Amino acid sequence: MNMSKYSIFSLAKQALNFHEGWGKVWRNPEPKKHYDVIIIGGGGHGLATAYYLAKNHGVTNVAVLEKGYIGGGNTGRNTTIVRSNYLWDESAHLYEKSMKLWENLSQDLNFNVMFSQRGVYNLGHSLQDMRDIQRRVNANRLNGIDGEIVDADELKRRIPILNTSRHSRYPVLGASFQPRGGTARHDAVAWGFARGADSLGVDIIQQCEVSGFIRENDRIAGVETNRGNIGAGKVGIVVAGNSSVLADLAGFRLPVTSHPLQALVSEPIKPVLNTVVMSNAVHGYISQSDKGDLVVGAGIDSYNGYGQRGSYTVIENALAAIKELFPVFSRVRMNRQWGGIVDTTPDACPIIGESPVKGVYINCGWGTGGFKATPGSGYVFAHTLAKDQPHELNQAFSLQRFSTGRLIDEHGAAGVAH
Amino acid sequence: MLQIPCPWCGIRDESEFSYGGEAHITRPLNSENLTDEEWADYLFMRKNTRGAFLEQWQHAQGCRRWFNIQRDTVSYKISASYKVGEQPPQGMGNEK
Amino acid sequence: MKNNRLQGEGRINRNRPLNFIFNGKSYQGFEGDTLASALLANDVHLVARSWKYHRPRGILGSGAEEPNAIVQLEKGRLTVPNARATQVELYEGLQASSVNCWPGLEFDFLSINSLFSRLMPSGFYYKTFMWPKKLWMSYEHVIRKASGLGVSPELPDPDRYEKTYAHCDVLIIGAGPAGLMAALAAGKMSARVMLVDEQSEFGGSMLHSNETINGQPAQDWVSDTCEELASMQEVKLLPRSSAFGYHDYNFVTINERLTDHLPTGQKTGGRERLWKVRAKQVVLATGALERPLVFANNDRPGVMLSSAVMQYVNRYAVAVGQEIVIFTNNDSAYETAMTLLEAGLKVIAIIDNRINPGSSMADQLRSEGVKIIDQSVVVDVKGSKRINAVQVMSLQPGGDKVTGSVQTIACDLLAMSGGWSPVIHLSSQSGAKACWDDEKACFLPGVPIQHERSAGASNGCFDLKNCLSEGMLAGNEAAQQCGFEVDASIQLPVVNEVIFNRIKPLWLVPSMFKAGRGPKQFVDMQNDVAASDIMLAAREGYHSVEHVKRYTALGFGTDQGKIGNINGMAILAQSLQQNISETGTTTFRPNYTPVTIGSIAGMNLGGELFEPVRKTAMHGWHKQEGAEFENVGQWKRPWYYPRAGESMLDAVNRECLATRNSVGIIDASTLGKIIIEGKDSGEFLNRLYTNAWKKLDINKARYGFMLGEDGMVMDDGVTIRLEENKYFMHTTTGGAAPVFSWMERWLQTEWPELEVFLTSVTDHWATAAVVGPNSRKVVSAVCEGIDFDAQAFPFMSSREGLVNGIEARINRISFSGELAYEVNVPANYGLQMWESLMAAGEQYDITPYGTESMHVLRAEKGYVIVGQDTDGSVTPVDLGMDWVVSKVKDFIGRRSLYREDCVREGRKQLVGLLTLNGSDVLPEGGQIVEDPNASIPIPMIGHVTSSYYSANLGYSIAMALVKGGLSRMGETVHIPLADGKVIAAKISSSIFYDADGEKQNV
Repeated sequence: MNMSKYSIFSLAKQALNFHEGWGKVWRNPEPKKHYDVIIIGGGGHGLATAYYLAKNHGVTNVAVLEKGYIGGGNTGRNTTIVRSNYLWDESAHLYEKSMKLWENLSQDLNFNVMFSQRGVYNLGHSLQDMRDIQRRVNANRLNGIDGEIVDADELKRRIPILNTSRHSRYPVLGASFQPRGGTARHDAVAWGFARGADSLGVDIIQQCEVSGFIRENDRIAGVETNRGNIGAGKVGIVVAGNSSVLADLAGFRLPVTSHPLQALVSEPIKPVLNTVVMSNAVHGYISQSDKGDLVVGAGIDSYNGYGQRGSYTVIENALAAIKELFPVFSRVRMNRQWGGIVDTTPDACPIIGESPVKGVYINCGWGTGGFKATPGSGYVFAHTLAKDQPHELNQAFSLQRFSTGRLIDEHGAAGVAH
Repeated sequence: MLQIPCPWCGIRDESEFSYGGEAHITRPLNSENLTDEEWADYLFMRKNTRGAFLEQWQHAQGCRRWFNIQRDTVSYKISASYKVGEQPPQGMGNEK
Repeated sequence: MKNNRLQGEGRINRNRPLNFIFNGKSYQGFEGDTLASALLANDVHLVARSWKYHRPRGILGSGAEEPNAIVQLEKGRLTVPNARATQVELYEGLQASSVNCWPGLEFDFLSINSLFSRLMPSGFYYKTFMWPKKLWMSYEHVIRKASGLGVSPELPDPDRYEKTYAHCDVLIIGAGPAGLMAALAAGKMSARVMLVDEQSEFGGSMLHSNETINGQPAQDWVSDTCEELASMQEVKLLPRSSAFGYHDYNFVTINERLTDHLPTGQKTGGRERLWKVRAKQVVLATGALERPLVFANNDRPGVMLSSAVMQYVNRYAVAVGQEIVIFTNNDSAYETAMTLLEAGLKVIAIIDNRINPGSSMADQLRSEGVKIIDQSVVVDVKGSKRINAVQVMSLQPGGDKVTGSVQTIACDLLAMSGGWSPVIHLSSQSGAKACWDDEKACFLPGVPIQHERSAGASNGCFDLKNCLSEGMLAGNEAAQQCGFEVDASIQLPVVNEVIFNRIKPLWLVPSMFKAGRGPKQFVDMQNDVAASDIMLAAREGYHSVEHVKRYTALGFGTDQGKIGNINGMAILAQSLQQNISETGTTTFRPNYTPVTIGSIAGMNLGGELFEPVRKTAMHGWHKQEGAEFENVGQWKRPWYYPRAGESMLDAVNRECLATRNSVGIIDASTLGKIIIEGKDSGEFLNRLYTNAWKKLDINKARYGFMLGEDGMVMDDGVTIRLEENKYFMHTTTGGAAPVFSWMERWLQTEWPELEVFLTSVTDHWATAAVVGPNSRKVVSAVCEGIDFDAQAFPFMSSREGLVNGIEARINRISFSGELAYEVNVPANYGLQMWESLMAAGEQYDITPYGTESMHVLRAEKGYVIVGQDTDGSVTPVDLGMDWVVSKVKDFIGRRSLYREDCVREGRKQLVGLLTLNGSDVLPEGGQIVEDPNASIPIPMIGHVTSSYYSANLGYSIAMALVKGGLSRMGETVHIPLADGKVIAAKISSSIFYDADGEKQNV
């Protein structure tokens, strides 16, 4: 495979040559007749799955089919927050696996994904928020995940521009802090995994939309696409935002609803916020990108929507929350906004495992938080596809749990009080 | 920002409404005879249609009536609005 | 200092000179100037440093498209980062400075980056900074410091921002020739019209045009038209207003700037106003933006857009250069040349890539001594902080290579025109798919999806005559669609016809270097993206236009690629050997121009405007008594009432002891209250609650649990049967609204056959719970018409009576296990009722208590709080409350309780915890383990949900959810704390006080 190794030395060498000698990041192959595994969906999760299939399991006769361009869905539309401080053991272990992979990802992929461990604060605005923070941080520590509880005074010291006034409508009472959390460069994650997978022999096929599934004797045999039929031993569906659509084509239903989720960025300004601040209670989260933009996440729209557009009130509410938390940003101007489609599940946890169709596996339902899971999701899904059984980390995330009732409710406490 | 036709009050701004998800899901009466899977199908499984979709809304800051509309989940265009208990206009349905 | 002000009139007011400061130096401009025009008038061309290479940059354009002239306005609380000098209206005392340069603009330390620019092509950071791994955060620190443009304010914003909603028949965006004409047409038809324009003055290109309308200067027609429009009652004119987002259902967001143009001392009222407009029809007359040409060093100060040069001369009377060369591929630059000549400036040459571009203007220019060099291009410029010459080469036939020798022409200004891009941003945002037009070499608005239409330059119509007629047509059509009739009296103004020759697209200007080598040819100036970067991206396999944008940062600047994107896409198409429509365009996203967070946030801030505060009728009393408050949903509830010198714990201990030993009183008004009436009310409650309701006697109360259909506890409370077919339901404070909606939903959608009527009465009643052994004495003292005898008015029953002559309902129910009465009166009498109870209780030292003591008292009794002791994964069975779950009837959530997971062994169950050392109080949220010394990850068997010091018991108590907890009674478990300490506790019953429940029955 034609892949140039990236380093400061290759950069210097190529500079002398006007950068004309760089190889392709990935090939642009025609689809083959048959693959051992077809991954539908060239987002971060799908590309990571392909990469780990090849790297960890030696399964290299793999195609990733992407209907548009890789990384063009939620991978390139999220607010790039990475953390692993989840409440329940099952999710904590899964996201922590992901965190560990993040910590070596740039080196592993030889592609700088700019993983920036600048820490993540989750603010608490009510006594119940603080109880939930206690509960979560204590659970994290016992699970070996870094975390601390920070009171309002300490928060003020660490983030002086944060409004910790007791006179706010919902004063900040404290926060949980995960120092190893942070952000990463979302596009680079897709490109790095694509380049890595491609170099191991995986075919990345863009502009290839799956329109049907081919079955033989109750088992999957391939897929129909706008570029012809492609045979497959197994198929993994990793199409956040369109999971129900693909599941419907394959003949099964999911406990998933798809909603618009919006985000926006400001004009670039000099570094002013060196960490990630999230507030569920006032519905806003914010960080500052390496380029200098303030990156703001808004809430999801209540209605089902595949339009990658949400309602403006959601944006207004998010920015009111941001201004409430950071009054100094009022005169900073927002530059651009966009939307993605998030697939939500009843327990705010993903579904990773076999589907009702033999040979078809599904990885979906990451809701608003899929980006942080990208490497871990690919890692366990590759295992599931290669071994035909789940990795111990995704065992609990089966589709089956919705029948047995063994949900993993990560919505946090209901927030109801007397 | 949608504009939603309430069958009782007429067209109003989206901010007056709250969403109820997929319409025409009937609660099973004989639930003890259902398997866990069948119950889960009622409880959790959703069509989540991409395209023309029948869904419930409540005019929460108006007449507080629940009603149904057909809305395209991609273009967000609303093609029908009808009261609870009424059947969707002919040819419309969440078949899948 | 050189003064570039011309003799001509312009639209500045020479009687109003304005002083301003730029980079610490004082200058003078005039009313009507922008900061950019005033700087140019003072011969300041170098105004900025570029983002990555810190190259010196000048003013390129004249409006929203400006990529270079980004400044920091003002200081302190009023500072504005990233203002575009071309859009800043000058005012007296204005202060501005350059951004992203240190120590200064003239000498900028990081301009050293320019020397290493070869090492820093697009995406270089993806390829390096990976070793050694631990240094990445340090690398990142340096990268971040070098990034960003302006500086965030450090102080809160003193300004106010407003929002307003509006509806109209026809919203017209852009008040150039097409927009004004459309407004005139629709206005004459009596349609409700809104006309918005981002500039301070209406007129668009006519403000600097040389053309005549009806034989008069175009500017006169503009003022006449504006006057006529202003006199129309149904026409609303909004200058200084940017329509920045076009959303579904013809919803358009507009940002109006109210005070930015005023001197600091004179800014009064709101700073900006966000208009949220629903229009029946929209006319997009947003104009077009001129494209630069992509040649070596095209970013040097002194290289400007041709239209901007014309605008500075005609509108602001500023000579931006004395010896001018023009480089173009279309006819519009010839108008600039004419303008310059008329202003007495010297046009040395016009470099045109076309063969014999023989417009009528060309002949005239030649006769005035302007050299027209056809089939040629500018390949490079000389000079760093200001150009002093251009280098010109001839094109080979075919036009894609240069030939011959380099001709150097001395000049101090290069005006360039690469053609025009219609501003199709809003049209694209509305859902119309832009389509490429080969003839005009630009994207045109696509087929409308919503009720909109484009007119004028934004529709690809670049001559005044057609702009006016398109505008009139659009205005007529739009108003007709709204039901108005065309006004036959309207006439198109008379203008000269101009014949334009065809543009010859020139994307990447050929040069003597191989493409991608040689000095940088900038495409996106703000982000320092050069043609070589786009070619590199293509070479590396980033073929999608979205990939290229993301890889190179093309179009990611504050100008959002307004002038760079089309050139960039075209160069990408060339690199990929595609045509431009195959390559396509990136998505046009809101905002068209950046909008402040303050404007979008509006006034929903700080205290009650962020979210309404709900207060009970007794709120003022609590406040006066010095209560600390807790937010419970939107409500403010007294948390505890500290007396002088008391800590929270002291206060809570005192309140709890007083209540159990004598009498306490708590404001319980916030609990949700719902009246349920109708003949099927009992049946409805049966379906809603887990227990049975039909046999409840009138005036009796019963506790009930409500589950979600998933079987998990959702809400709880006491419901009273008032009449045969009338019930009074209590919900939790937070549950009031959701439970009410939940009930409505089931009634309306699933069980419409039930005859049940619901009324939310939460706010109708003020409620005081009088609690403790002396409560009967207190309540009976103020209450008439009720026999308070223990047998006559037993526990879990309800009576009507009078308090101070006011109708009252007294419920003998208890959330503390004590003898207790909840007194309800109409909310307006709440304070009076409260004060009467306080007075009656004085002899018993009646003690007001807050939510914290309420929590302690109920925990002593093991009563759960939904949302604290439950978390959406807990069934009533898990709480040990199977007694409240009917085995015989169906209810919401019932089937879920029998699912595999809900009946398995080892589910978490509610238990009590007693710390071995009674003075240790467990933290709520503490995790419970069997072996605290196990290696990490340590298995957790549950967590503490509620925990308090109980003054009544003299030791701490806690409630917890523990795996298989009910069969672990007496076991010792451990709660490791964050500080390393471990607290041991014994699992116990969750009822700690008065286990037999005698006290509430006395």
